[in-house]
Amino acid sequence: MIAAKNSKSGALLAIGLVLAGSTAWAEDYDAKLVIRDHKFEPVELTVPAGQKIKLLVDNQDATPEEFESNELNREKIVTGKGTITVFLGPLDAGRYPFFGDFHQETAQGVLIVK
Amino acid sequence: MLGTGLLVFREVLEAALIVSIVCAATRGVRGRGLWVGSGIGAGTLGAIVVAFFASAIAAAVSGIGQELFNATILLAAVAMIGWHAIWMASHGRELAMEMKGVGSAVQAGSRPLSALLIVVAIAVLREGSEVVLFLYGQAASGASVVEIAGGIAFGIVCGVAVGFLLYFGLLRIPMRHFFSATNWLMLLLAAGLASQAARFLIQADVLPALGNRIWDSSAILSDHSLIGQALHTLIGYDARPAGMQLLFYAVTACAIALGMKLWGHAQGPSTRSSAA
Repeated sequence: MIAAKNSKSGALLAIGLVLAGSTAWAEDYDAKLVIRDHKFEPVELTVPAGQKIKLLVDNQDATPEEFESNELNREKIVTGKGTITVFLGPLDAGRYPFFGDFHQETAQGVLIVK
Repeated sequence: MLGTGLLVFREVLEAALIVSIVCAATRGVRGRGLWVGSGIGAGTLGAIVVAFFASAIAAAVSGIGQELFNATILLAAVAMIGWHAIWMASHGRELAMEMKGVGSAVQAGSRPLSALLIVVAIAVLREGSEVVLFLYGQAASGASVVEIAGGIAFGIVCGVAVGFLLYFGLLRIPMRHFFSATNWLMLLLAAGLASQAARFLIQADVLPALGNRIWDSSAILSDHSLIGQALHTLIGYDARPAGMQLLFYAVTACAIALGMKLWGHAQGPSTRSSAA
Protein backbone atom coordinates (compact mmCIF):
# COMPACT_ATOMS: atom_id res chain seq x y z
CA MET A 1 0.00 0.00 0.00
CA ILE A 2 2.82 2.32 0.91
CA ALA A 3 4.68 1.45 -2.27
CA ALA A 4 1.60 2.30 -4.31
CA LYS A 5 1.33 5.62 -2.54
CA ASN A 6 4.95 6.41 -3.29
CA SER A 7 4.75 5.54 -6.95
CA LYS A 8 1.66 7.72 -7.22
CA SER A 9 3.52 10.61 -5.56
CA GLY A 10 6.36 9.97 -7.95
CA ALA A 11 4.10 10.26 -10.97
CA LEU A 12 2.56 13.44 -9.62
CA LEU A 13 6.01 14.76 -8.93
CA ALA A 14 7.01 14.18 -12.53
CA ILE A 15 3.98 16.21 -13.61
CA GLY A 16 5.06 18.90 -11.15
CA LEU A 17 8.53 19.06 -12.66
CA VAL A 18 7.06 19.51 -16.13
CA LEU A 19 4.78 22.29 -14.89
CA ALA A 20 7.68 24.03 -13.19
CA GLY A 21 9.81 23.70 -16.28
CA SER A 22 7.19 25.35 -18.46
CA THR A 23 7.02 28.42 -16.23
CA ALA A 24 9.46 31.04 -17.39
CA TRP A 25 11.40 32.92 -14.70
CA ALA A 26 10.25 36.51 -14.52
CA GLU A 27 10.64 39.50 -12.22
CA ASP A 28 8.65 39.32 -8.99
CA TYR A 29 5.52 41.46 -8.94
CA ASP A 30 5.32 43.59 -5.78
CA ALA A 31 1.95 43.81 -4.04
CA LYS A 32 0.99 45.26 -0.69
CA LEU A 33 -1.70 44.70 1.91
CA VAL A 34 -2.32 46.73 5.04
CA ILE A 35 -4.01 45.43 8.16
CA ARG A 36 -5.84 48.12 10.12
CA ASP A 37 -8.50 47.60 12.79
CA HIS A 38 -8.34 43.85 12.03
CA LYS A 39 -9.32 44.44 8.39
CA PHE A 40 -7.38 44.12 5.17
CA GLU A 41 -6.86 47.14 2.91
CA PRO A 42 -7.59 46.74 0.07
CA VAL A 43 -10.17 44.01 0.59
CA GLU A 44 -9.67 42.98 -3.05
CA LEU A 45 -6.12 43.01 -4.32
CA THR A 46 -5.52 42.50 -8.04
CA VAL A 47 -2.28 40.96 -9.30
CA PRO A 48 -1.14 39.60 -12.67
CA ALA A 49 -1.37 35.91 -13.56
CA GLY A 50 1.67 33.84 -14.46
CA GLN A 51 4.11 35.91 -12.44
CA LYS A 52 5.69 35.32 -9.05
CA ILE A 53 4.27 37.75 -6.49
CA LYS A 54 6.09 39.27 -3.57
CA LEU A 55 3.32 40.23 -1.17
CA LEU A 56 4.11 42.65 1.63
CA VAL A 57 1.69 42.59 4.55
CA ASP A 58 1.92 45.63 6.80
CA ASN A 59 0.16 45.21 10.15
CA GLN A 60 -0.61 48.65 11.53
CA ASP A 61 -2.52 47.23 14.50
CA ALA A 62 -0.76 46.77 17.80
CA THR A 63 -1.87 43.15 18.01
CA PRO A 64 -0.48 40.16 16.10
CA GLU A 65 -2.29 38.59 13.15
CA GLU A 66 -1.77 35.51 11.06
CA PHE A 67 -2.05 35.97 7.32
CA GLU A 68 -3.55 32.75 6.06
CA SER A 69 -5.06 31.36 2.89
CA ASN A 70 -6.16 27.83 2.14
CA GLU A 71 -6.42 28.62 -1.56
CA LEU A 72 -2.89 29.98 -1.68
CA ASN A 73 -1.57 27.41 0.81
CA ARG A 74 0.11 30.07 2.90
CA GLU A 75 0.26 31.04 6.58
CA LYS A 76 2.52 33.51 8.28
CA ILE A 77 2.36 35.43 11.53
CA VAL A 78 2.61 39.23 11.44
CA THR A 79 3.42 40.71 14.81
CA GLY A 80 1.80 43.94 15.99
CA LYS A 81 3.17 46.92 14.00
CA GLY A 82 5.18 44.43 11.98
CA THR A 83 5.51 43.65 8.28
CA ILE A 84 6.06 40.34 6.52
CA THR A 85 6.82 39.23 3.00
CA VAL A 86 5.05 36.23 1.49
CA PHE A 87 6.00 34.81 -1.90
CA LEU A 88 3.13 33.54 -4.07
CA GLY A 89 2.68 31.93 -7.43
CA PRO A 90 3.08 32.20 -10.34
CA LEU A 91 -0.71 31.85 -10.12
CA ASP A 92 -3.45 31.02 -12.61
CA ALA A 93 -6.22 33.58 -13.10
CA GLY A 94 -8.92 33.33 -10.46
CA ARG A 95 -10.01 34.42 -7.00
CA TYR A 96 -7.96 33.41 -3.99
CA PRO A 97 -9.55 34.30 -0.64
CA PHE A 98 -7.30 35.00 2.34
CA PHE A 99 -8.00 35.86 5.96
CA GLY A 100 -6.50 36.86 9.27
CA ASP A 101 -6.63 33.74 11.39
CA PHE A 102 -6.73 35.68 14.65
CA HIS A 103 -9.67 37.91 13.62
CA GLN A 104 -11.63 35.90 11.11
CA GLU A 105 -14.89 37.82 11.64
CA THR A 106 -13.43 40.99 10.11
CA ALA A 107 -10.09 40.17 8.50
CA GLN A 108 -11.21 38.75 5.12
CA GLY A 109 -9.93 39.56 1.66
CA VAL A 110 -9.50 38.21 -1.84
CA LEU A 111 -6.54 38.12 -4.15
CA ILE A 112 -7.80 38.56 -7.71
CA VAL A 113 -5.42 37.17 -10.28
CA LYS A 114 -5.97 38.40 -13.87
CA MET B 1 -15.30 32.90 23.94
CA LEU B 2 -16.29 30.30 21.34
CA GLY B 3 -14.02 31.89 18.73
CA THR B 4 -11.10 31.92 21.17
CA GLY B 5 -11.84 28.34 22.20
CA LEU B 6 -12.01 27.13 18.61
CA LEU B 7 -8.67 28.64 17.67
CA VAL B 8 -7.01 27.19 20.77
CA PHE B 9 -8.67 23.85 20.00
CA ARG B 10 -7.31 23.74 16.44
CA GLU B 11 -3.76 24.35 17.63
CA VAL B 12 -4.00 21.99 20.63
CA LEU B 13 -5.47 19.29 18.39
CA GLU B 14 -2.42 19.20 16.12
CA ALA B 15 -0.02 18.85 19.04
CA ALA B 16 -2.32 16.35 20.82
CA LEU B 17 -2.47 14.04 17.79
CA ILE B 18 1.32 13.94 17.56
CA VAL B 19 1.64 13.32 21.31
CA SER B 20 -0.91 10.47 20.99
CA ILE B 21 1.12 8.72 18.32
CA VAL B 22 4.27 9.12 20.39
CA CYS B 23 2.46 7.72 23.44
CA ALA B 24 1.23 4.74 21.45
CA ALA B 25 4.70 4.12 20.02
CA THR B 26 6.18 4.13 23.52
CA ARG B 27 3.56 1.77 24.90
CA GLY B 28 4.88 -0.27 27.79
CA VAL B 29 8.06 1.75 28.21
CA ARG B 30 8.80 2.40 31.86
CA GLY B 31 8.85 6.10 32.70
CA ARG B 32 7.53 7.21 29.32
CA GLY B 33 5.06 9.51 31.08
CA LEU B 34 8.02 11.47 32.38
CA TRP B 35 9.56 11.68 28.90
CA VAL B 36 6.33 12.81 27.25
CA GLY B 37 5.54 15.17 30.14
CA SER B 38 9.00 16.72 29.89
CA GLY B 39 8.48 17.18 26.16
CA ILE B 40 5.17 18.96 26.72
CA GLY B 41 6.72 21.11 29.45
CA ALA B 42 9.74 22.04 27.34
CA GLY B 43 7.48 22.77 24.37
CA THR B 44 5.23 25.04 26.42
CA LEU B 45 8.19 27.02 27.76
CA GLY B 46 9.62 27.16 24.24
CA ALA B 47 6.29 28.42 22.87
CA ILE B 48 6.30 31.36 25.28
CA VAL B 49 9.92 32.21 24.46
CA VAL B 50 9.28 31.96 20.69
CA ALA B 51 6.13 34.11 20.95
CA PHE B 52 8.09 36.69 22.93
CA PHE B 53 10.78 36.84 20.26
CA ALA B 54 8.31 36.56 17.35
CA SER B 55 9.20 40.00 15.97
CA ALA B 56 12.92 39.31 16.11
CA ILE B 57 12.50 35.87 14.50
CA ALA B 58 10.27 37.29 11.75
CA ALA B 59 12.72 40.08 10.95
CA ALA B 60 15.77 37.79 10.91
CA VAL B 61 17.47 36.71 7.68
CA SER B 62 15.89 39.58 5.73
CA GLY B 63 12.31 38.70 6.58
CA ILE B 64 12.29 34.94 6.10
CA GLY B 65 13.35 34.05 9.66
CA GLN B 66 9.90 32.71 10.55
CA GLU B 67 9.87 30.27 7.62
CA LEU B 68 13.47 29.17 8.19
CA PHE B 69 12.80 28.66 11.89
CA ASN B 70 9.67 26.59 11.21
CA ALA B 71 11.31 24.55 8.46
CA THR B 72 14.36 23.87 10.65
CA ILE B 73 12.45 22.60 13.67
CA LEU B 74 10.11 20.58 11.43
CA LEU B 75 13.06 18.89 9.75
CA ALA B 76 14.65 18.30 13.16
CA ALA B 77 11.45 16.50 14.19
CA VAL B 78 11.57 14.50 10.95
CA ALA B 79 15.13 13.39 11.72
CA MET B 80 14.19 12.39 15.28
CA ILE B 81 11.17 10.38 14.11
CA GLY B 82 13.25 8.73 11.41
CA TRP B 83 15.94 7.73 13.89
CA HIS B 84 13.37 6.30 16.30
CA ALA B 85 11.40 4.49 13.58
CA ILE B 86 14.54 2.81 12.25
CA TRP B 87 15.61 1.85 15.78
CA MET B 88 12.17 0.39 16.42
CA ALA B 89 12.23 -1.57 13.17
CA SER B 90 15.33 -3.35 14.39
CA HIS B 91 14.09 -3.91 17.97
CA GLY B 92 10.29 -3.83 17.72
CA ARG B 93 9.89 -7.59 17.42
CA GLU B 94 11.84 -8.23 20.61
CA LEU B 95 9.81 -5.53 22.35
CA ALA B 96 6.50 -7.07 21.28
CA MET B 97 7.65 -10.54 22.31
CA GLU B 98 8.86 -9.30 25.66
CA MET B 99 5.58 -7.47 26.28
CA LYS B 100 3.49 -10.49 25.40
CA GLY B 101 5.64 -12.74 27.56
CA VAL B 102 5.95 -10.59 30.64
CA GLY B 103 2.82 -8.52 30.14
CA SER B 104 4.40 -5.59 31.91
CA ALA B 105 6.77 -2.74 31.32
CA VAL B 106 9.79 -3.17 29.12
CA GLN B 107 13.06 -1.49 29.92
CA ALA B 108 13.81 1.35 27.56
CA GLY B 109 17.38 0.17 27.11
CA SER B 110 19.19 2.07 24.39
CA ARG B 111 15.94 3.22 22.83
CA PRO B 112 16.23 6.85 21.71
CA LEU B 113 13.42 8.24 23.87
CA SER B 114 15.13 11.63 23.89
CA ALA B 115 14.36 11.77 20.17
CA LEU B 116 10.64 11.46 20.94
CA LEU B 117 10.90 14.02 23.74
CA ILE B 118 12.20 16.45 21.12
CA VAL B 119 9.36 15.55 18.71
CA VAL B 120 6.75 16.23 21.41
CA ALA B 121 8.47 19.46 22.44
CA ILE B 122 8.60 20.70 18.84
CA ALA B 123 4.92 19.87 18.24
CA VAL B 124 3.86 21.74 21.38
CA LEU B 125 6.22 24.64 20.68
CA ARG B 126 4.95 25.22 17.14
CA GLU B 127 1.26 25.18 17.95
CA GLY B 128 1.73 26.75 21.38
CA SER B 129 3.56 29.82 20.12
CA GLU B 130 0.62 30.62 17.84
CA VAL B 131 -1.77 30.25 20.75
CA VAL B 132 0.35 32.55 22.91
CA LEU B 133 0.49 35.24 20.21
CA PHE B 134 -3.23 34.97 19.57
CA LEU B 135 -4.12 35.19 23.26
CA TYR B 136 -1.72 38.09 23.73
CA GLY B 137 -3.59 39.88 20.95
CA GLN B 138 -6.93 39.06 22.52
CA ALA B 139 -5.79 40.34 25.89
CA ALA B 140 -4.36 43.51 24.33
CA SER B 141 -7.67 44.20 22.56
CA GLY B 142 -9.47 44.08 25.88
CA ALA B 143 -10.88 40.55 26.01
CA SER B 144 -11.86 39.64 29.54
CA VAL B 145 -9.93 37.17 31.69
CA VAL B 146 -13.03 34.93 31.78
CA GLU B 147 -13.18 34.88 27.98
CA ILE B 148 -9.51 34.04 27.59
CA ALA B 149 -9.38 31.48 30.40
CA GLY B 150 -12.61 29.90 29.15
CA GLY B 151 -11.24 29.72 25.63
CA ILE B 152 -8.01 28.10 26.80
CA ALA B 153 -9.89 25.57 28.92
CA PHE B 154 -12.33 24.71 26.12
CA GLY B 155 -9.57 24.36 23.54
CA ILE B 156 -7.28 22.25 25.70
CA VAL B 157 -10.02 19.96 27.03
CA CYS B 158 -11.45 19.27 23.55
CA GLY B 159 -8.05 18.95 21.86
CA VAL B 160 -6.71 16.57 24.50
CA ALA B 161 -9.96 14.56 24.37
CA VAL B 162 -9.49 13.92 20.64
CA GLY B 163 -5.88 12.96 21.35
CA PHE B 164 -7.03 10.39 23.91
CA LEU B 165 -9.59 9.01 21.44
CA LEU B 166 -6.82 8.42 18.92
CA TYR B 167 -4.56 6.89 21.57
CA PHE B 168 -7.14 4.41 22.82
CA GLY B 169 -8.12 3.64 19.24
CA LEU B 170 -4.51 2.76 18.47
CA LEU B 171 -4.30 0.53 21.54
CA ARG B 172 -6.94 -1.71 19.95
CA ILE B 173 -4.46 -2.77 17.29
CA PRO B 174 -3.43 -6.38 18.08
CA MET B 175 -0.08 -6.61 19.84
CA ARG B 176 1.37 -8.72 17.03
CA HIS B 177 1.04 -5.80 14.62
CA PHE B 178 1.16 -2.98 17.14
CA PHE B 179 4.74 -1.72 16.83
CA SER B 180 4.90 -2.11 13.09
CA ALA B 181 1.60 -0.17 12.86
CA THR B 182 2.81 2.67 15.09
CA ASN B 183 6.09 2.68 13.20
CA TRP B 184 4.34 3.16 9.87
CA LEU B 185 2.25 5.91 11.47
CA MET B 186 5.45 7.60 12.60
CA LEU B 187 6.80 7.30 9.06
CA LEU B 188 3.73 9.03 7.60
CA LEU B 189 3.87 11.66 10.34
CA ALA B 190 7.51 12.40 9.47
CA ALA B 191 6.74 12.58 5.75
CA GLY B 192 3.90 15.02 6.45
CA LEU B 193 6.13 17.22 8.61
CA ALA B 194 8.75 17.24 5.84
CA SER B 195 6.06 18.37 3.39
CA GLN B 196 5.14 21.21 5.76
CA ALA B 197 8.81 22.20 5.97
CA ALA B 198 8.94 22.33 2.17
CA ARG B 199 5.88 24.58 2.13
CA PHE B 200 7.62 27.07 4.42
CA LEU B 201 10.73 27.04 2.25
CA ILE B 202 8.59 27.69 -0.84
CA GLN B 203 6.79 30.52 0.96
CA ALA B 204 10.18 32.06 1.77
CA ASP B 205 11.28 31.64 -1.87
CA VAL B 206 14.23 29.51 -0.74
CA LEU B 207 13.04 26.54 -2.80
CA PRO B 208 11.09 26.50 -6.08
CA ALA B 209 7.49 25.24 -5.82
CA LEU B 210 7.88 22.76 -8.73
CA GLY B 211 4.26 23.42 -9.57
CA ASN B 212 2.12 25.48 -7.21
CA ARG B 213 -0.87 23.24 -7.07
CA ILE B 214 -0.38 19.71 -8.28
CA TRP B 215 -3.96 18.87 -7.44
CA ASP B 216 -6.91 20.47 -5.66
CA SER B 217 -8.92 18.08 -3.53
CA SER B 218 -10.40 20.84 -1.34
CA ALA B 219 -13.87 20.13 -2.71
CA ILE B 220 -13.65 16.57 -1.35
CA LEU B 221 -11.76 17.27 1.86
CA SER B 222 -10.89 20.82 2.88
CA ASP B 223 -7.70 21.55 4.84
CA HIS B 224 -9.81 23.57 7.21
CA SER B 225 -12.32 20.88 8.10
CA LEU B 226 -11.71 18.94 11.30
CA ILE B 227 -10.93 15.70 9.48
CA GLY B 228 -8.79 17.49 6.90
CA GLN B 229 -6.81 19.14 9.64
CA ALA B 230 -6.38 15.91 11.59
CA LEU B 231 -5.18 14.11 8.46
CA HIS B 232 -2.93 17.07 7.70
CA THR B 233 -1.18 16.50 11.02
CA LEU B 234 -1.23 12.70 10.97
CA ILE B 235 -0.30 11.84 7.40
CA GLY B 236 0.50 15.23 5.87
CA TYR B 237 -2.73 15.61 3.90
CA ASP B 238 -2.73 18.80 1.86
CA ALA B 239 -5.66 19.77 -0.36
CA ARG B 240 -3.42 21.84 -2.65
CA PRO B 241 0.15 20.60 -2.45
CA ALA B 242 3.07 22.04 -4.36
CA GLY B 243 5.40 19.73 -6.28
CA MET B 244 8.26 20.35 -3.86
CA GLN B 245 6.06 19.25 -0.96
CA LEU B 246 5.37 15.95 -2.69
CA LEU B 247 9.08 15.52 -3.36
CA PHE B 248 9.90 16.08 0.34
CA TYR B 249 7.08 13.72 1.31
CA ALA B 250 8.20 10.92 -1.00
CA VAL B 251 11.90 11.26 -0.20
CA THR B 252 11.28 11.22 3.57
CA ALA B 253 8.89 8.26 3.39
CA CYS B 254 11.26 6.30 1.15
CA ALA B 255 14.35 7.11 3.23
CA ILE B 256 12.73 5.99 6.50
CA ALA B 257 11.15 2.92 4.87
CA LEU B 258 14.51 1.98 3.39
CA GLY B 259 16.24 2.47 6.74
CA MET B 260 13.60 0.33 8.44
CA LYS B 261 14.07 -2.42 5.84
CA LEU B 262 17.87 -2.34 5.95
CA TRP B 263 18.34 -2.24 9.72
CA GLY B 264 15.19 -4.21 10.41
CA HIS B 265 16.65 -7.11 8.45
CA ALA B 266 20.19 -6.71 9.71
CA GLN B 267 19.03 -7.24 13.29
CA GLY B 268 15.96 -9.20 12.36
CA PRO B 269 14.96 -12.84 12.72
CA SER B 270 17.77 -15.24 13.51
CA THR B 271 16.25 -17.74 11.06
CA ARG B 272 17.75 -15.69 8.27
CA SER B 273 21.32 -15.95 9.54
CA SER B 274 20.99 -19.63 10.45
CA ALA B 275 19.64 -20.41 6.98
CA ALA B 276 22.58 -18.69 5.33
